[in-house]
Amino acid sequence: MKDDLSVVLCGEAGQGIQTVERFLTRVLKFDGFNVYATKEYMSRVRGGFNSTEIRVSSKNVKAFVNRIDILVTLKKGAVNHLKDRVDDHTVILGEASNVDDGYKFIEVPFTKIATEIGDRIFSNTVAVGTLSAIIGVDFKTLEKYLEEFFSRKGKDVVDKNIQAAKRGFEIGEGLVKEGKIKVEIKKDPNVKDDLLIDGASAIGLGAIAGGCNFISSYPMTPSTGILTFLAEHAKEFGIVAEQAEDEISAVNMAIGAWYAGSRAMVTTAGGGFALMVEGMSLAGMIESPLVVNLGQRPAPATGLPTRTEQGDLLFALYSGHGEFPKILLAPGTLEDAFYLTQKAFYFADKFQVPVIILSDQYLVDSYYNISNLEVPKVQPQKFIVETTKDYKRYQLVENGISPRGIPGGEGLVDVDSDEHDESGHITEDLDIRVKMVEKRLKKFDAIRAEIIPPEFIGPKDYQTLVVGWGSTYPMIREAVENVGDKKMAFLYFKQVYPIHPDAKKYLQSAKKRIIIENNATSQFGQLLKLETGIDFDKKILKYNGMPFSVEELISRLKEGR
Amino acid sequence: MDKKIFDMGPIDIAWCPGCGDYGILNAVKQTMAELEIPPERFVIVSGIGQAAKLPHYMKSNFFNGLHGRAIPPATAIKITNPDLVVIAESGDGDIYGEGGNHFLHAMRRNPDITVIVHDNMVYGLTKGQASPTSREGFKTPVQVEGVILKPFNPIAVAIANGASFVARASITDIPGTVKILKAAIQHKGFSLVDLFQPCVTFNKLNTYQWFKDNTYYLEDSYDPHNKVEAFKRALEEDKLPLGIFYVEERKTFEENNMAYEEDKTPLYKRNVDLKKLSNLIDSMRKD
Repeated sequence: MKDDLSVVLCGEAGQGIQTVERFLTRVLKFDGFNVYATKEYMSRVRGGFNSTEIRVSSKNVKAFVNRIDILVTLKKGAVNHLKDRVDDHTVILGEASNVDDGYKFIEVPFTKIATEIGDRIFSNTVAVGTLSAIIGVDFKTLEKYLEEFFSRKGKDVVDKNIQAAKRGFEIGEGLVKEGKIKVEIKKDPNVKDDLLIDGASAIGLGAIAGGCNFISSYPMTPSTGILTFLAEHAKEFGIVAEQAEDEISAVNMAIGAWYAGSRAMVTTAGGGFALMVEGMSLAGMIESPLVVNLGQRPAPATGLPTRTEQGDLLFALYSGHGEFPKILLAPGTLEDAFYLTQKAFYFADKFQVPVIILSDQYLVDSYYNISNLEVPKVQPQKFIVETTKDYKRYQLVENGISPRGIPGGEGLVDVDSDEHDESGHITEDLDIRVKMVEKRLKKFDAIRAEIIPPEFIGPKDYQTLVVGWGSTYPMIREAVENVGDKKMAFLYFKQVYPIHPDAKKYLQSAKKRIIIENNATSQFGQLLKLETGIDFDKKILKYNGMPFSVEELISRLKEGR
Repeated sequence: MDKKIFDMGPIDIAWCPGCGDYGILNAVKQTMAELEIPPERFVIVSGIGQAAKLPHYMKSNFFNGLHGRAIPPATAIKITNPDLVVIAESGDGDIYGEGGNHFLHAMRRNPDITVIVHDNMVYGLTKGQASPTSREGFKTPVQVEGVILKPFNPIAVAIANGASFVARASITDIPGTVKILKAAIQHKGFSLVDLFQPCVTFNKLNTYQWFKDNTYYLEDSYDPHNKVEAFKRALEEDKLPLGIFYVEERKTFEENNMAYEEDKTPLYKRNVDLKKLSNLIDSMRKD
């Protein structure tokens, strides 16, 4: 077949797709295969159709592809659910009862074998066995993984799982021998020790590296993974991980925590962020640091709770009544999720402003092997000063960033959501008002000096420039590299506000400018136009709740060329 | 300690002459002086409204946040630095109305903070609308034919909902109020002091005289450890009891928190264990 395989598992929620996904991706990595996985699921606990794409390749891959090379169906209706992605080349594996009418398929009796071994539950392991053999996994790797995974459940469970895997494996070997499926994927021994983590974990690890010791949030898809990650490691790292009664409480807690000296974050989705907006404004007024992970999903209102979208950029940009500086970051890779989350804490603390990390369902739920996340050698820089008797929280200083003290020292630390004087006391003096507005906005100058530049990928003498931001990065990059245009480059923004001054230069140098966004109104395109005066010639937008696939981007980039 | 230590000198105060807030300011200063807690050692967290301006009028660390939101930052401040004494104070509209959800859930969490609610049964700063504790029939420019909602009973709610210290005071008796505030601050856990005060401008019904005539102190023999009895007394309405209704010793939010299980260093003093983080990342390679 080829050296880049897309395997999709589809069934209903609660049927064990996640188990197969977990086993298979780990076994593949431990055996030295580059692996990527992403899932799409419905907003329900049981039933419906959920699917997972596992991409295995000779090269490192991190992007969603539309095509399905092998489809494992666990429920009738699954093939129809994915019919737009299934074509003549797709090999469908499964039991006859789970395949929709009119499709050719290879019968693999997962359940029958499992029942013979003793329980239907083993059918997941049978499937892992079959797929492992097709891809070319060494059975020993699979055996070892199952042994370790089930060791706590006793010898009988281990043995039966290995037996199930073996039976599945033999079927897979048979299919390969008969020439029904041909796969030639190269292994890379270095991959064995790679990390295989999702975006939520990368953000969580980045938070710890950034010194986060307080998270208060209210569960909401797709942002909850960061809260659970930090809660899981709360004891180990001394983190307060509190589930607040609502998002309003969560954000006000986080700001209170910063006031007293914690390094705090909140994680939420658009709907929860709507409730937190008053907190954004409070952070703006009292000049509090704040870190927000805003996991975007299709809106308005409840929208499509489990799907993906980049629809909250302008909402985040304009969140909070009044005028005050803020910073927006948008990771497109796991490494950037880790690095930008650390950076968010640095920016927030240094400039005393709210920093929003714009993630989305696609970013937090997708994963692939990466070689490392570089843990900083030194403690995160802290910008808290010791207070003295005459301390004034809002001392008017040249760059607008008054030294930030915390209560407990010699001086008094007074902050007020009303307009205030240098000491933090309420005032209606209109001259002081003007000074304070200017002081707060002055911080933009310091912020601008440290904007993270966009990443440029492609030939220096490009004619067409493709622009993207955040989670679309892997798909855009792979598409641009494979579209067959030697004069096409890609500019990836990981800080989307304030915008780096180089943006204009890059845009000006292009003959044709294309923007790609997972939303309906090209929000980043609007922002870039506002900031640079330059418009785009073509907008590739997607807003059905699904991420772009590499193939659709290639074909849409080719359109009208 | 002399309570003058908290004086701000000549400042412009936004309260009406004769407002009950002056008595509360006085009582809070007196309380902190008697407890020997200097301004640097405590934080007052307030919301918005006339009551919430109190920390501007006495030397203290303060966090004058948003309307209804005194309790969440107070909770976070206390767990960040448990050495600080933390007081959340605001009006009845702020804590019981706009911030009602925080009020309900903070008492379940039991942070070691004291919540002082200026309860004057009316909205002052927005000029005289009904508050959650306004009595039925109270006429205002909005409730033109009189309030038809049942008044919120903070004492009964707090007792039922797990508050570990529940008291009511009236600023018509400053020494009595100081006594209750002291006990509230000394109590380890969530303390509620619902503090009656007249609004001389917008509430002509619940005046100084009305509070005097319609309140009485729980008798000396009253045992505040009996939850059912406390609840019964909280439901009394003909005359409203003052004093400490209910006290319960239980672990605080800070004491219960995983972040403090292995390490007692306050959050604000902590560093990241980078070695542990490297180990965590390495362990994930095998996961």
